[in-house]
Amino acid sequence: MTVASERATSAPAAQKVDVRLEDVTKQFDDVVAVDRLSVGVESGSFFALLGPSGCGKTTTLRMIGGFEQPTEGRIYLGDREVSRLPAYKRDVNTVFQSYALFPHLSVFENVAFGLRRRAVRGETLRGRVEEMLRIVGLGGMGKRKPRQLSGGQQQRVALARALVNKPQVLLLDEPLGALDLKLRKQMQLELKAIQHDVGITFIHVTHDQEEAMTMADQIAVMNQGRIEQLGTPTELYETPATAYVASFLGASNLIAGTVSGANTVRLHHGPEVKVRPAAIAGRTGEVAVGIRPEKIDLGGGQENTLEGTIFEQAYIGVATQYLVDTDCGRLTVYRQNASPGLNGAAPGQRLTLSWSPESTFVVDSMEGSE
Amino acid sequence: MGLLHRHRQLTPYLLLAPGLLWLGVFFVVPLGFLAYQSLQSGNFDIGYSFSWAWGNYWNAVRDYRPQFVRSLEYAGIATVLALVVSYPVAYWIAFRGGRWKNLLLLFIVAPFFVTYLIRTLAWETILSDNGFVVHTLQHLHVLGPGGRLLATSTAVVTGITYNFLPFMALPLYVSLEQIDHRLLEAAQDLYASKWKAFVRVTLPLSLPGVVAGTLLTFIPAAGDFINAQLLGSPENHMIGNVIQSKFLELTDYPAAASMSFILMAAILVAVAVYARAVGTEQLTGTAV
Repeated sequence: MTVASERATSAPAAQKVDVRLEDVTKQFDDVVAVDRLSVGVESGSFFALLGPSGCGKTTTLRMIGGFEQPTEGRIYLGDREVSRLPAYKRDVNTVFQSYALFPHLSVFENVAFGLRRRAVRGETLRGRVEEMLRIVGLGGMGKRKPRQLSGGQQQRVALARALVNKPQVLLLDEPLGALDLKLRKQMQLELKAIQHDVGITFIHVTHDQEEAMTMADQIAVMNQGRIEQLGTPTELYETPATAYVASFLGASNLIAGTVSGANTVRLHHGPEVKVRPAAIAGRTGEVAVGIRPEKIDLGGGQENTLEGTIFEQAYIGVATQYLVDTDCGRLTVYRQNASPGLNGAAPGQRLTLSWSPESTFVVDSMEGSE
Repeated sequence: MGLLHRHRQLTPYLLLAPGLLWLGVFFVVPLGFLAYQSLQSGNFDIGYSFSWAWGNYWNAVRDYRPQFVRSLEYAGIATVLALVVSYPVAYWIAFRGGRWKNLLLLFIVAPFFVTYLIRTLAWETILSDNGFVVHTLQHLHVLGPGGRLLATSTAVVTGITYNFLPFMALPLYVSLEQIDHRLLEAAQDLYASKWKAFVRVTLPLSLPGVVAGTLLTFIPAAGDFINAQLLGSPENHMIGNVIQSKFLELTDYPAAASMSFILMAAILVAVAVYARAVGTEQLTGTAV
């Protein structure tokens, strides 16, 4: 808790940027891993770099940590440029994917490692390490060796070992990847709570969109070394900017069409549909409209409609998934199972699908969707 | 079922049997015979008889203390030298060897393809009075005009170091090779410079290799006699030389046998002290 209060007093109220990347490029031989990437991470925020493997998210993290040097561009921590600074001189700590706990040192010494390098000694050292072990729920485990701990406990040691140094920024490289699903869910919420308590900026690399959405304030969706879209989980989900983002975060129905007015798009094999005026965003000609499966109603009632036939249904507990064939292709629809049993629709049934203009987003093209 | 179960219980012992049998026949039995012999008295012509002749041990210590001390001294210095020389080599191969690792390791083992005796004889030529090493050192005034290397303790220790180098380098390599490089990144992430990361992470994690290497070098080196014989003078003789001459030239078996036991005891004590100093965890490698 002292960690939180110390941080809170030192951080100015305005939107201070803790990490800033300017036109950062990283090239390995002839592979461009990160391509002219620019981004600012607000102080005290939980920031996620989300993308599939090979999208450049880990390389970006390693450049912030100091394990890789950018081929071009500049990296700032606060106001200080650190582009060429070695890792050990940066006020940044990392929670590694493999934890990388020192096997020859006790849990206490693992956590004390960074403090000892900074000449923290005696009671101060003991106090800070033990307090941090309590925060992560490992009080009294200081004497054990890492190999005597479970995976989840090792993960907590890795977190404590980084956080105890009160770094300006904490980097997390797929920290929950090795845990089983239940523990992962639990740790997601715990990490979020710890971040809230300590108030340190977290930058979190993950390929798991659900994990990013659960934890992060801001998510940067990365693709081929660039940021495809940056925003809050809600923004990314409700108004994805590209087909890639729309299909990487949750499921989407994308239908090709042509812009036909200030807030209308004519579907290639269907009627004209209404969208939010902001969604067109100056686009003309060929576009694709998108609707999230849970935003489509079985039956009329909403402004945009499409006729179809139910091809298949699947009961998945919280919802039922329907695949509906229309003139514009096969659409996916989720209906929540609010009352017991199925929703009453059955395969072969012909029906009208409808959705509101507010739930309709527009992207440049279908390209990039899976 | 019962038979199968009993078989399974016996399996570990069956697997141990060949090794135990070998050790029993070729180690324990000869050792017992050596102990018996070390307490005999008499001479080659009238024959030897068992007589609890503890005097053999006292005589050995009284007459050959310098050779005992020298053996441990030479072996100790050679072990330290071998460690100092091999650690950087093993480190470099393990961390920077890349795809050349196996080839580089082969270079370390390559001298083994030539017999021990020939390798040591080669050093006799290298260090000879008319050789290029002596000439160069004389030229640089490291050696005086008549100075020589052959028949000095330097030559003997150099020879031992060279001959046992692979025994040091290979265990070192194995322990260094196993170190997860991400641990070094973690150390640097936690404000350790490259040097600090080496001292705090790499070195402690390579200790099992250091311990194995030093034991594999020190123990046989302490009993060596070839290097002292070919590269040294009588003033450089080690206890191995004495035992060899007692056994094969003077045929004083009881004296030779008692010296062997004293050497064994001295080595055991040295190893015990060493193991206590570095901790038995390192000895068995359980620290990692």
